[in-house]
Amino acid sequence: MSMTLTEKILAAHAGRERVSPGELVNARVDLALANDITAPVAIKAFREMGAERVFAPERVALVPDHFTPNRDIQSAEQAKLLRDFAREQNLPYYYEVGRMGIEHCLIPEEGLALPGELIVGADSHTCTYGALGAFATGVGSTDLAAAMALGELWLRVPETVKFVLHGRPRNRWVGGKDYILFLIGQVGVDGCRYQAMEFHGQAVAELPLDGRFTMANMAIEAGAKNGIFPPDEATLSYLAGRAKRPFAPVHPDPDAGYAAVYEYDVTDLEPQVAFPFSPANVRPVSAAGHVPVDQVVIGSCTNGRLSDLRMAAQVLQGRQVHPGVRCLVFPGTPRIYREALAEGIIETLVGAGAAVSTPTCGPCLGGHLGILAAGERAVSTTNRNFRGRMGHVTSEVYLAGPAVAAASAVAGHLVSPEEL
Amino acid sequence: MAVLTGRVHRFGDDVDTDLIIPARYLNTSDPVELARHAMEDADPAFASRVKPGDFVVAGKNFGCGSSREHAPLALKAAGVAGVIASSFARIFYRNALNIGLPIFEAPEAARALKEGEEVAVDPVAGRIRRLSTGEEFSATPFPEFMQALVAAGGLVPYVRRRLAERGGRA
Repeated sequence: MSMTLTEKILAAHAGRERVSPGELVNARVDLALANDITAPVAIKAFREMGAERVFAPERVALVPDHFTPNRDIQSAEQAKLLRDFAREQNLPYYYEVGRMGIEHCLIPEEGLALPGELIVGADSHTCTYGALGAFATGVGSTDLAAAMALGELWLRVPETVKFVLHGRPRNRWVGGKDYILFLIGQVGVDGCRYQAMEFHGQAVAELPLDGRFTMANMAIEAGAKNGIFPPDEATLSYLAGRAKRPFAPVHPDPDAGYAAVYEYDVTDLEPQVAFPFSPANVRPVSAAGHVPVDQVVIGSCTNGRLSDLRMAAQVLQGRQVHPGVRCLVFPGTPRIYREALAEGIIETLVGAGAAVSTPTCGPCLGGHLGILAAGERAVSTTNRNFRGRMGHVTSEVYLAGPAVAAASAVAGHLVSPEEL
Repeated sequence: MAVLTGRVHRFGDDVDTDLIIPARYLNTSDPVELARHAMEDADPAFASRVKPGDFVVAGKNFGCGSSREHAPLALKAAGVAGVIASSFARIFYRNALNIGLPIFEAPEAARALKEGEEVAVDPVAGRIRRLSTGEEFSATPFPEFMQALVAAGGLVPYVRRRLAERGGRA
């Protein structure tokens, strides 16, 4: 009867008493989402399937966040496909530029991802919603089309790997990004391939929701199907007044079976950096050596939340961005942008010489608004540093949390805020 | 499905979706346009060198990263008959099956096969034969449900049938 958090959610959505790793199940979908890159392919497949209406308009969300505000004519055409489909299907959760945010910041903020739910999205970072105790996983466009048409999808029940983070970090700049980079460095980019990562321990329990989103977001960078946190008081207080649907939190059984259990103590953890060209190529920032920086990116579905911007502003307060650095900031949603305005964070960032954009994925995936030239280097709070990810194939991306990114913007080279 | 014969194009471990099709080209989903840039950041000459029926051979975790279905679409439209790898990232694995790009999880073949050599692949039996020596390698069989999905022509016809069944019940 004992099941992990992921197994329990999959069983409940497959109408089963229990499920075991390796089984294939047809699971009911609570929310299906896509963006301006993946939705056009999904809409085409949806039509080819002979589908006419989505299974439930209030359970399909479309967020044009990747190449918007439209970067070129072709992107504008793709965004239009999305818009037209949203109108045709009367989708209440379509977001136009101005109200649109980066999907994985926006969907939780809108109360559309809830504990115990099963969410599929045509975007690999859909796993972000595991922060709230949901099973959430990325799929391709054809799978998403099937979910939009049927309201269900076949899924293989993954094994679960348990990660227990003990202790409380001494370093005030250490956060969720450092935890997850450290873990990916430990297990490798395919260390949890096809598996669920379930997070436990004091460090995780004390981690605010923003940090949990960052950690769950990057589960895919370890090859995982999903990353998930048992919901707690912090989860419920985050959802108070937001949740668009009733929900029932699910918890793992104490004697559930895990494929592996990893335990770490984070007390002495330093800020971490992933060097090119792999999110697993991780070392502590003190071991970075001298890496000159041309660009700093603060934002994205990984680190575009209010506490991320706040941390960057704490570093930049009373300091200036190095004259040789372009420092680009992308608040995750319009609400985060406004809260950052109200708190004076935007004033601090702009006053320090940073450029603040409307919410968009922007340069994270080399889309627009901050593409790197040959040989240029960026320190970025995003999630991937693959070859050519942010621009030219010889450019380099160093992944870090907002504090290291902001400190590097000031110094002009990769550095910890403590060294400024 | 007939036996497929083609030449091997080798790549390493952890070939990510940005290498298979860089995001800068994702302002279209036209397979022909995507095919022009297949594997561009790993090998800029790939799209011009690859011949219809050729195979991509790679190490572990092929297709890691993004959920972009444009990745298997680009390879398929470039003429790639299939991908042989030690292992596949899960979203790429699903996407390839869903759009009908044959994939073979075959660690021994992935280690042994050399750039430019010819292979004959029986996609149904999951057998990979090195033409120069006749040496054979086998691929991990797909689970039964996925075999049925492939036999039905992929996920699109499968869903079409499910929708028709629902319509019939209503």
